[in-house]
Amino acid sequence: MQMLRKLSAGLLLLAVASFASTPAAEAAGQTLEIVKKRGHLKCGVSQGLPGFSTPDNRGNWTGIDVDFCKAVAAAIFNDADKVKFTPLSAKERFTAIQSGEVDIIARNTTWSMHRDTALGVDFPVVNYYDGQGFMVRADLGVRSARDLDGATLCTNQGTTTELNAADYFRSNGMQYEIVAFEKADESVAAYNSGRCDAYTTDHSALYAQKLKLSDPKAHIVLPEVISKEPLGPLVRQGDAAWNDLVRWTHYATVAAEEFGVTSKNISEMKSSSNPSIRRLMGQDGSFGDNLGLSKQWAVHIIRAVGNYGEIFERNVGVKTPLGIKRGVNALWTKGGLQYAPPIR
Amino acid sequence: MSAKTWTPKPARPAPANTVGFVGWARENLFTTKLDSALTLLCAALIIYVLDVGLGWAIVDASFSGDDRNACLKPVQGACWPFIDAKFGQFIYGRYPEMERWRVDWVFALGLLGLVPLLMPTVGFKRANVIFMLGFYPMFSFFMLTGGSFGLAAVDTSDWGGLLVTLVVAVTGIVGSLPLGILLALGRRSDLPIVRALCVGFIEIFRGVPLITVLFMASVMLPLFLPDGVNFDKLMRCLIGVALFASAYMAEVVRGGLQAIPKGQYEAAAALGLGYWKTTRLIILPQALKLVIPGIVNTFIGLFKDTTLVLIVGLFDLLGIVQLHFTDSTWATPETHITGYAFAAFVFWVFCFAMSRYSIFMEKHLSTDPNQ
Amino acid sequence: MQVLVLAAVLGAMAWLVGNVQSNLERQNINSGFGFLSERAGFGINQTLIAYTEDDSFGRVLAVGLLNTLLVSALGIFFATLLGFSLGVARLSRNWLISKIAMVYIEIFRNVPLLLQIMFWYFGVLRNLPSPRQAVSIGDAIFMSNRGFVVLWLEASAGAFWYGLAALGLVIGGIWLRRRAANAQITTGQATRVWRPLLGLAVALFGGAALMAGVPFALDVPHLKGFNFRGGLTVIPEFVALLLALSLYTAAFIAEIVRAGINSVSKGQREASAALGLPESVALRLVVIPQALRVIIPPLTSQYLNLTKNSSLAVAIAYPDIVSVLAGTTLSQVGQALEIIFITMMIYLSLSLLTSWAMNRYNQRMAFVGNNT
Repeated sequence: MQMLRKLSAGLLLLAVASFASTPAAEAAGQTLEIVKKRGHLKCGVSQGLPGFSTPDNRGNWTGIDVDFCKAVAAAIFNDADKVKFTPLSAKERFTAIQSGEVDIIARNTTWSMHRDTALGVDFPVVNYYDGQGFMVRADLGVRSARDLDGATLCTNQGTTTELNAADYFRSNGMQYEIVAFEKADESVAAYNSGRCDAYTTDHSALYAQKLKLSDPKAHIVLPEVISKEPLGPLVRQGDAAWNDLVRWTHYATVAAEEFGVTSKNISEMKSSSNPSIRRLMGQDGSFGDNLGLSKQWAVHIIRAVGNYGEIFERNVGVKTPLGIKRGVNALWTKGGLQYAPPIR
Repeated sequence: MSAKTWTPKPARPAPANTVGFVGWARENLFTTKLDSALTLLCAALIIYVLDVGLGWAIVDASFSGDDRNACLKPVQGACWPFIDAKFGQFIYGRYPEMERWRVDWVFALGLLGLVPLLMPTVGFKRANVIFMLGFYPMFSFFMLTGGSFGLAAVDTSDWGGLLVTLVVAVTGIVGSLPLGILLALGRRSDLPIVRALCVGFIEIFRGVPLITVLFMASVMLPLFLPDGVNFDKLMRCLIGVALFASAYMAEVVRGGLQAIPKGQYEAAAALGLGYWKTTRLIILPQALKLVIPGIVNTFIGLFKDTTLVLIVGLFDLLGIVQLHFTDSTWATPETHITGYAFAAFVFWVFCFAMSRYSIFMEKHLSTDPNQ
Repeated sequence: MQVLVLAAVLGAMAWLVGNVQSNLERQNINSGFGFLSERAGFGINQTLIAYTEDDSFGRVLAVGLLNTLLVSALGIFFATLLGFSLGVARLSRNWLISKIAMVYIEIFRNVPLLLQIMFWYFGVLRNLPSPRQAVSIGDAIFMSNRGFVVLWLEASAGAFWYGLAALGLVIGGIWLRRRAANAQITTGQATRVWRPLLGLAVALFGGAALMAGVPFALDVPHLKGFNFRGGLTVIPEFVALLLALSLYTAAFIAEIVRAGINSVSKGQREASAALGLPESVALRLVVIPQALRVIIPPLTSQYLNLTKNSSLAVAIAYPDIVSVLAGTTLSQVGQALEIIFITMMIYLSLSLLTSWAMNRYNQRMAFVGNNT
């Protein structure tokens, strides 16, 4: 009897706390105002993926995704350091952005329809076009993903990777066993120790994680790209102004590359007579005001982190340990997919 | 007739095989044939374990070096230089090197207050408690977070290692005891609604695993708060841990409350004491003394449970050790075991010390004249 | 005063619920439990029931729950076995045995369980060789870093008759035991049951063999491609988790058993010695049954702890309920509220169910104890 009472009391408590929903109309959250008032941006990043977001020995975060958040902070505050980074696991990320734990997530996250439409988040833009691949030991003798029938795969729990791998193996009539870890580091450690034949994730991350292996040269990345993985930042749904700000932060860096504006020549470029550049620099028009920022917003971004090409080459480019070529991430003028709508 | 005093002969010494080491061994190790066989088996086991253990930790171990090459001998034991190289990280996490003296001060002052508090013979208990519960937490808070008194601000996301383990454990311990006592009193209360609420709270928190509580605290709590209101992630985990531990604490304290004879309540009532005075002066001092082992066991459990914060992305001692396994400059087959052995040893020292102290206090506080 | 407290708590709750509502509403997050019938689309590497990527999230929940139950049940079994042995060993008159038990207990219960799980998984099991160099025991068990592959029996349809025979044997065994016990009470004569039991077994399984022949085929593990095919594979995540849970909980059970045995008065032992019972028999028939009454309540909470602790599986990718539901499903579906609610409810029910069952058992023990 007492047990019943306990149980019902508990049930009641939880049920009351969890449910009941009557629509309550509320104005869209003014994220920009909140961020400005707080004085810094809160940015969710990965728990350590070289090239995208990883803390160095002194605890400073670096990477493409980190630079993205720094760019947003520079656009708002004219200070790229006014941003706090929160490392999130793959499964925490959506809850963290839904709950307002962070203002923006730049965590090599794939833009998919389900995520965009059902999770209460928006993907303003794609800052890195990627695709899923496999890494195996070179001495395994595997040269193509088609040879992986019966293989054991290590991957990260709760990612599109896990679903793509399932689809790929099933549609090719191959068997597989999947071991899905909560943290990327754990998956890599397990793969490194031989728990799995292959490690599968986005191509860029394969190159990044390869650096963490005890003998990077003994591993190869297979050529196949089995999926489209457009990676980009995400924000909470329902704040169109914030969405615009994040989207145009990226486009500003892409446009700057297109016009040849870099962090080095930005001072000279201010006096450029090219109307496109003048608009980007805030010399003409009131584009910054419309975003709720200063006229010089794009100048602040580029001075702090550089244009898209600079960001790419600094973090993952051919001169870095990752050694990734621009490929599909080249500007559209060079046959890639990075394309900024006109600033006018 | 002269009186002869009869002096007995001195007793013969006990047979050689019943005294000294031999006698002890006969008594305790070789009583029966089966016993002897078991003893020999155990001895063999001990020798084997010692051989493997010491061989790994000392004989085949590496003690100096700057990177993985120091730990790649053909027969390799522990890789101690790994611990040496990462020691600062293991203790302070990413706390800026320039500011680590602040952590040291907090540790030192804590030790300074705690040691006399734990020794029953040293006086000034009341002053010490006020110091430890009043001044010390404030001092630690300002020292560790900074941002005032001219100290540079250090974000809690940079805290790590033993520092986080101790912060979580100490706050959990300090927070869970009063809350647990309140819950236990509430559960024994005559007011049905208060009782139902306390029972509900206790049973829910005791029924679910800590990681679901931590997960709620770490990412879901902001959903329950108004838009824009939020507080630090470490803080939220601290609250989660303290609430979780308080449910267990409540059950321990309840055990003590139940053991207090009814006469004590009646006597207090006869003296005209009200509920709170009775509870504070008569019941709790007796009840808490009875359940000291249980309380300390809850503390030990809580201390071990601090490792779970690594699952929600805080880097406690185990988390930071785990994190540094990914450093390819130290990637050797023995790095993992060495790191785990180090972390295990640190945790073990703390937990073992706590359990021994509880036994000591139990004996010291016992009013049982037979002991 | 009570009304005030209630009002305060209800007020706080309404406030929280209101916040959740407006937060969910504003962000257009899906809600409800409809996702449970949607296609899951991901693989799981240990399933006790049939599961493919085409099954629903509801099925994922069932798979995860069964995995949790499996590791908990086996963990409880091994922890009890080891814990009782250690508890008895701790009280042994043999100094060495008692000290070894003590050292074991002090080491294992004072090191965090999560650390022990990681130690076994990342520290110890990862050092096993790859499948091609697997350590084999008589070609029946192969140990590699992919887990333990064991020779297994492949059952075909006729195995049903064998299942029936086994069921009959269990029922028959219980009946025989009962009859023997009754006979002992009425006549004082102890009868042995194993002889008729053996006869029954031969008859039943003989019958099954006549009906169905031999419906079993040996499923021999063999290397093919990357890994072993055939046989029963026990994944290393399971082994590490089970090992850590059993070894850790056994240390606590040992202490409980020791306290329980110490609570039985010395006179009971002396009396059984006077009756000429050997020590092992006295322990089994006199001391432990009485000690059990003291042992069972704390033992129950250890069992519950073990079940809850099995959720640490998430750290080493064992697909338990927390890992597949509050992990993978959560990030595919994104509905944290509902999923964490389900997870907590499952553990809460498991825990209430276990304490209910143990209370029942405890009552029975206490009853028998009072009668004698």
